[in-house]
Amino acid sequence: MDAVLEYAPLLWRGTVTTVELTLASAALALVISFVVGLARLSPYRAVRWLAIVYLEFFRGTSALVQLFFMYFVLPLWGIFLPPILAGIIACGCNLGSYGSEVVRGALQSVAKQQHEAAIALNYTTYQRYRYVLIPQAIPMMLPSFGNLLIELLKLTAVTSLITINDLTYMSQIIRAQTALTLEPFLAILVIYFLISTVLIGGMKWIERRTSKGRNTIVRQGA
Amino acid sequence: MFAGTRAQAVNADLRGQMQNIIEFQDVSKSFGSLQVLDDLNMHVVPGEKLALIGPSGSGKTTILRILMTLEDISAGEILLDGEPLWHEMRGGKRVRASEHHLRKMRDGVGMVFQQFNLFPHLTATENIEQPQVLTHRKSKAAAREKAAEMLSVVGLVDKRDHYPHQLSGGQQQRVAIARALAMDPKIMLFDEVTSALDPELVEEVLNVLRKLAEETDTTMLTVTHEMNFARDFADRVLFFEKGKIVEAGSPEDIFTNPKEERTRSFLRKFLTGIN
Repeated sequence: MDAVLEYAPLLWRGTVTTVELTLASAALALVISFVVGLARLSPYRAVRWLAIVYLEFFRGTSALVQLFFMYFVLPLWGIFLPPILAGIIACGCNLGSYGSEVVRGALQSVAKQQHEAAIALNYTTYQRYRYVLIPQAIPMMLPSFGNLLIELLKLTAVTSLITINDLTYMSQIIRAQTALTLEPFLAILVIYFLISTVLIGGMKWIERRTSKGRNTIVRQGA
Repeated sequence: MFAGTRAQAVNADLRGQMQNIIEFQDVSKSFGSLQVLDDLNMHVVPGEKLALIGPSGSGKTTILRILMTLEDISAGEILLDGEPLWHEMRGGKRVRASEHHLRKMRDGVGMVFQQFNLFPHLTATENIEQPQVLTHRKSKAAAREKAAEMLSVVGLVDKRDHYPHQLSGGQQQRVAIARALAMDPKIMLFDEVTSALDPELVEEVLNVLRKLAEETDTTMLTVTHEMNFARDFADRVLFFEKGKIVEAGSPEDIFTNPKEERTRSFLRKFLTGIN
């Protein structure tokens, strides 16, 4: 274990990279979740169709292959992404597809009567979503978003395969230099677990904050 | 807000009659194969208080939902202040109303629902304030002042900062009434507003409506199963069955001296509490 501790600075840098990668991809995934999730509810068929294509493509293919595409295949067409950017885009787009389903599901579970009340008060479509439906749907989205955030944290490990110095990559380096196998992997296992514990705590805090004083009516029956 | 064009106004004058605020002309509505309204003709004059009664599924609620633009019509024409609600003229042709047209028409209509439909993430005050700010572009201060005024009309000033789930059903419904009133509609629609309430909470809501009917000149349509209330509230009572008006008249006519056998048998069921 002493040998691994010697490499603590490497592990620290790996931790920072993993956290940065997770948070940046999460921000991208959040934006995509809302854009694609709302597009699924669009009155325009073409918009809904595009959203479904996006969802099925990124959900239905391997995140690792998507990553390789962005890093190894795009350069064939003259598009060169720095590894960290390729990692953020691949992870963000992948998790964004799952997130869009969370957004759509939560919005659809807001009672239909809320929609009608907003129409009766003459809200525009934008105002209906912005001031009535989305604020009620967000507390319903949070538990699922929490799960996806942890999925995302674990997904970032694949970016070590495109030379990003994340935790997993660092453990491979330590392993190569010390010939130890158990210790470096055990160390990152613990670190991943600690990061996810902090992330879960953060999400719980947000859930508590947003549910204060509210009691959202969920659509009843089918 | 849905003042007709000058030409329409002149037209109405030429006909030498008071302009109806609501006019149904041969309106039909079906959901799939189910015919809910059957060639319905009716009119409402400004300021009139109307009670719509009849068995479930007779189309009463659908009339309110059509006026609120929550349902469209299958055939016929509806005029609000002489202007078509579900149609508009574009390039000299009569076409289905666009969202833009519907928004303009909706501005003069307010509705209170059976299930209250308050926004659960907003306090009582915010529920009344937000629509004024968003729809009528009022300042927050002006909207808040109006909200306070409306809460006092329905007797809930002390509950202004409560969220809906902290209020009883009757209180929620009174906030919903205040919210609709704050938009100054010309036409108010009340859709079975006491049907979802515990019996002991019904009167507090009905008393608010009785007071409103007496004190304001807003046109009001209410769908109700509370016959005593309908008698106090209405200038005119319409008895519906199967999407048609069976009998219409003053509360006195309908409740004490109904002409149609079907009206009599419906009222008999109510009086003996079978429903």
